Amino acid sequence: MTPSPAASLRTTIDPDEVDKFARLAETWWDPDGPFRPLHRLNPVRLEYIRSKLIQHFGRDSRSFLPFDGLRLLDLGCGGGLLAEPMARLGFTVVGADAAAENVRVARHHAANIGLAIDYVHSTAEELAQWGERFDAILALEVVEHVSDVGTFAAACATMLKPGGALVLSTLNRTLRSYALGVVAAEYLLRWVPVGTHDWNKFLRPSELARALRGVGLELSDLTGMSFSPRSNQWRLTDDLTVNYLGLATRSRA
Amino acid sequence: MTEHVIGADVIIVGGGAVGTTFAAMTASAGLSPVLIDREAPKTLAAEPFDGRAFAFSYGTKRILETMGVWSALDNDAEPILAIRVSEERSPFFLHYVHDDLGPDPLGWLVESRHLRRALHDAVARSGVRFLAPASVEQDTRDAYSGIVTLADGRRLRAPLIVAADGANSPLRTRAGIAVTKWDYGQIAIVTTVVHERPHRGIAHEHFRAPGPFAILPLRGNRSSLVWVEQPETARALLALERPDFDRELRTRFGDFLGTVESSGPIWSYPLRLRLARRYVAPRLALLGDSAHTLHPLAGQNLNLAFRDAATLLDVLVDARRRGEDLGARDVLERYERQRRGANLAMFAATDGLNRLFSNDRLWLRGLRGLGLAAVDRLPGVKRAFMGYARGSGGNLPSLARGESP
Repeated sequence: MTPSPAASLRTTIDPDEVDKFARLAETWWDPDGPFRPLHRLNPVRLEYIRSKLIQHFGRDSRSFLPFDGLRLLDLGCGGGLLAEPMARLGFTVVGADAAAENVRVARHHAANIGLAIDYVHSTAEELAQWGERFDAILALEVVEHVSDVGTFAAACATMLKPGGALVLSTLNRTLRSYALGVVAAEYLLRWVPVGTHDWNKFLRPSELARALRGVGLELSDLTGMSFSPRSNQWRLTDDLTVNYLGLATRSRA
Repeated sequence: MTEHVIGADVIIVGGGAVGTTFAAMTASAGLSPVLIDREAPKTLAAEPFDGRAFAFSYGTKRILETMGVWSALDNDAEPILAIRVSEERSPFFLHYVHDDLGPDPLGWLVESRHLRRALHDAVARSGVRFLAPASVEQDTRDAYSGIVTLADGRRLRAPLIVAADGANSPLRTRAGIAVTKWDYGQIAIVTTVVHERPHRGIAHEHFRAPGPFAILPLRGNRSSLVWVEQPETARALLALERPDFDRELRTRFGDFLGTVESSGPIWSYPLRLRLARRYVAPRLALLGDSAHTLHPLAGQNLNLAFRDAATLLDVLVDARRRGEDLGARDVLERYERQRRGANLAMFAATDGLNRLFSNDRLWLRGLRGLGLAAVDRLPGVKRAFMGYARGSGGNLPSLARGESP
């Protein structure tokens, strides 16, 4: 069942963007399909999320179920590439995506692989209005696709419980990110379809920090991700000029 | 739904040395394995002395130590303190002494009966679900899980199936993984010999034109013999009555350990090479002999299998900590990337040695003599060569570093 938002509901979703991903949804789980770049990126993203959240929530780093008892929202969940690992690590997971097709793909996949994940066709703003609350929120490769970062950040802040944590990732707005994230990834290497990214929507870390601070969230960590052609793998780095991850926390008070 | 399906993290098919080891290590790491073998565990553990032995590298010993299995083997394992490599009709020989490399022996000889008992105890201790006797009727693997149906109708489901079902792996064949095969045209005769004088921990590798003749020290005044011959000679030897066989044995063995005679069963194996082109398929990973069977010249098959097992364990524990699907292709390819290249390098080394020495041409013999002498005089080269054969070089998996993953 798909919740139907009131027509007047203010949403940060850009309809052109929704269509674009819906067309690709069927092939989310094919590691050599159109989402190959995300599959390649996933191990480092998971590494970051896991280590930062274990640290933040004071959990056991050797446990296979470190997040037992915590509730997590995966915004822009797509086919469930992050939501499923989070469920395996013990989180009670809600996955939300603005594209109905993605939600259908994700539900189908989770059911077949035997994971209980609540997938909803919804947006951050809607979920916030319904009074949903979470210990952790993931918004990876999402903020560069929303139309208003401030509104998006406010919705996240509303949904985070005191002491909660938000993990984000996006692309920096630099010449290098234009060269690598748009020209190379879309046109030359064909990693992602042409038109996936609008460079003007990329965020500088300072802009992200400001937007988060404005809604009472403190950006406590920034880590770069870079692709090494030699090892053919992504790794975490200090270099924030192209792809970067961030951890924002809500104070306990 | 009335049908009961047994769920697990990994289904391990094959309860030989590598299958039981992998089952025990995954269970100890907190994963949930199911181990399947055709033979009942009691039959296996109760099998009498079968005359076979394995040469453990330092790396293999380290893995077993970390697993807490070595203490059960220590009393029965014989350390190799020196290796003497010689060649028929050549005055040169190579002499490796463990002091060249450090305080540890060059390897350990462990009889298969002792290894089997220790591993079955480890499997029981670590709480592995061991289904045996049970045979695999069918295995299916799709985007979501691997399913194994047993001949008695039971069904098992896991994200990953591990094939530890030997050199002729039926799972590998059903997965359509191609294999590079090579028949060396040699037969290895394997038995235990009892000798009058102590071996003093020295292993002998004697290269003869038909194939190597290796004497490996066991506990007491006993050695494990690996005697490689051309098929016709081997068949003739195997057809002999025991006293006649022993007489032939003495002509090859010599009298440096006094009187020798064979003891226990005599085994023979055609020497074949089997190299799987891929170590993984969707929701399937090949382990040990199912992925590679090398020439037994350097005795590396078991050591490589243990290294495979410890590496796959690292990959799976790492994946589980990230919440990844244990049977996902990118996860399995991490294992393949780490092991396939390393195993191929060992293949090239052992195959090259065998080809070089199983040849009677005069000029080659001169060259070999020079080669052996040169390696013997260059300590650096010798150390590197030995370190590699001992399994202490390269990227070590956690268990081989003495750590839990």
